[in-house]
Amino acid sequence: MDYFIELLFSGLTRGSIYALIALGYTMVYGIIGLINFAHGEIYMIGAFTAFIVATILSILGFPALAIIVLAGLAAVVWSASYGYTIEKIAYKPLRHAPRLSPLISAIGMSMFLQNYVLLAQTSDFLPFPQLISDFNFMEPVAHIVGSTDLVILVTTTVVMICLTILIKYTKIGKAMRATSQDRMMAMLVGINVNRIISVTFIIGSSLAAIGGMLIASHIGQINFYIGFIAGIKAFTAAVLGGIGSIPGAVLGSVVLGLTESFATGYVSSDYEDVFAFSLLVLILIFKPSGILGKADTQKV
Amino acid sequence: MITFQELKRSFFISLWFVFLTFPIMVIRVDSIEKTVQWRWMNMLYVAVGAFILSLIFRYMMRRKEGQSADDDEETSTSDQHLIHRWLTVPRYRNIIYGVMLTLALVLPLVFSTYQTSIMTTALLYVVLGLGLNIVVGLAGLLDLGYVAFYAVGAYTYALLYHFFGMSFWIVLPLGGMLAAVFGILLGIPVLRLRGDYLAIVTLGFGEIIRLILENWGEFSQGPSGVSNIPRPSFFGIDMSLDTALIYIYYLMIAFVIFTIFIVNRLQNSRLGRAWVALREDEIACQAMGIDKMKTKLAAFSLGAFWAGIAGVIFAAKTTFISPRSFTFIESAIILSIVVLGGMGSIIGVIIGAMVLILLPEYLRFLSEYRMLAFGAILVCMMVFRPQGIIASVRRTYTYNKKETADGEGA
Repeated sequence: MDYFIELLFSGLTRGSIYALIALGYTMVYGIIGLINFAHGEIYMIGAFTAFIVATILSILGFPALAIIVLAGLAAVVWSASYGYTIEKIAYKPLRHAPRLSPLISAIGMSMFLQNYVLLAQTSDFLPFPQLISDFNFMEPVAHIVGSTDLVILVTTTVVMICLTILIKYTKIGKAMRATSQDRMMAMLVGINVNRIISVTFIIGSSLAAIGGMLIASHIGQINFYIGFIAGIKAFTAAVLGGIGSIPGAVLGSVVLGLTESFATGYVSSDYEDVFAFSLLVLILIFKPSGILGKADTQKV
Repeated sequence: MITFQELKRSFFISLWFVFLTFPIMVIRVDSIEKTVQWRWMNMLYVAVGAFILSLIFRYMMRRKEGQSADDDEETSTSDQHLIHRWLTVPRYRNIIYGVMLTLALVLPLVFSTYQTSIMTTALLYVVLGLGLNIVVGLAGLLDLGYVAFYAVGAYTYALLYHFFGMSFWIVLPLGGMLAAVFGILLGIPVLRLRGDYLAIVTLGFGEIIRLILENWGEFSQGPSGVSNIPRPSFFGIDMSLDTALIYIYYLMIAFVIFTIFIVNRLQNSRLGRAWVALREDEIACQAMGIDKMKTKLAAFSLGAFWAGIAGVIFAAKTTFISPRSFTFIESAIILSIVVLGGMGSIIGVIIGAMVLILLPEYLRFLSEYRMLAFGAILVCMMVFRPQGIIASVRRTYTYNKKETADGEGA
């Protein structure tokens, strides 16, 4: 039973990390209908920035809490800046191009960013400092649920609630929903669509940065390549839940996290990624619109 | 021509990039030794680079906007590339083909085996590029797992030889066919999906094939790969390494010519036109009575077939294969070739493959920047010249007034 609960929690932790990344995919897709391939790379850059800042601060002897907050802040700021810049360079000029063009551009961007980090930093795995120390009150259940898992779950939940409030109740959230429903109409009622798209990229990238920092401190190492697999998996989660739908992305991520966790726990850990990809192929065959997505009808 | 305003704007953009690249470019930390390395020179490079690039970027954007503002009529004629115009004249065409063929045939006699071997690799990528060109360029299906079919071909030869001792010539068509079967099996479920989903599923498929090859040790010998694969034989004559490499080179030339011939015929066939039509508008296409599923499957499996054959030749050429030869990067390189050359254009793909494969070979000091450049190429080509270096010629119907009038009179 302990093993089951352990797997359950590790699945939930994975799922909540995927959710942070998947939200970026889903939001961007909802607004401009583009799969932002470079999103995984933004997550990776977030993790790298957090790593660099955290290491410098720990050398300077800052207290643990300050390190977490400042590293997280730096990761968010820089990832958001990258997201904003990428949109301006690689996607904005292609707003009216055929569907394939921005997709290829996104793949190019993803390759570029990966190799940029590889060349500017290193190709080795870097040990990520453990930012979250073990809590005393977690002692009795520490063998099942780690403190990091708890922090990840709580952070993700808080972030999700904030995001829901932002989208449901603020003016900018309303504008985002309007843009995703009908860009032309949104423009006609006076919404600055370019600004809304930029804001979407910024929010999505910030969430990815938080995810990047949390998972890096959970796994304990980072590399320039981590964004690729994480990106595909988060995308799988977004499709699973129904791309374009925000609660769908969260639900899909949790389902994916649990599937992976139980499959590796009870079947075999060699094929961890194969399970995720097979799940993706199966969903697309049987229910391409995802769990919560609406089937999209094409008007002629 | 460059105003003060422009310079000011570029200055701010360069400041922005300095900020953007600051943590990654300037700082390098070592968390074990607890040391921080500040590389201020990089900051200067970024500042200057961003300044110049932003000026170029804006200039190119303006040029592009000016171009699209031009009359459609004019762009369509001026866009027809010089090479294409030459190729429509039979006399020039024969000369060009003759010269290219002679150069290709003479190459191993003039250059060393090493050069020939590099050329063989480039030709292999020409075939792969032409194969992917059917899928991406003609049919407009973005396949990011193309390397999976390449792997299927390579492993078909390696394993059939390993377990049953089958020879190159028997496996060559088998490898292609097996890859095509995989293409159909993957295609049936996923081709119903819209373009962007297809990209991700094929990407996932590519990774699944690689992971299976890596983890299923008893079947594929796992990450260590299969070695001692024989080179192709020539009526059982024993060949030294040098002759064998030159032989493979000529084999490759013959194969490239065969591929070009087939792809060219396909492009102008009923099927080829159906692909292009499907790429442009699926709904209109179905309304015209084209079977969407069948047409897409044909593109997908034909593309896979070529990758499979290229895989067999690759295994025979290197005599050693491992799952590491078939990563996503490989798919990305092939895609870069097609995009750079010009989607749908045969000559474009050939030039693209030559540029992208030969250039890094000869500019060794740049080789670590290769993938960085490929990524940048994909973005820049899409933003500034989506049709590639050499745009494919669209089949157009020229309306001839006189002829029609005669027809009506008769």
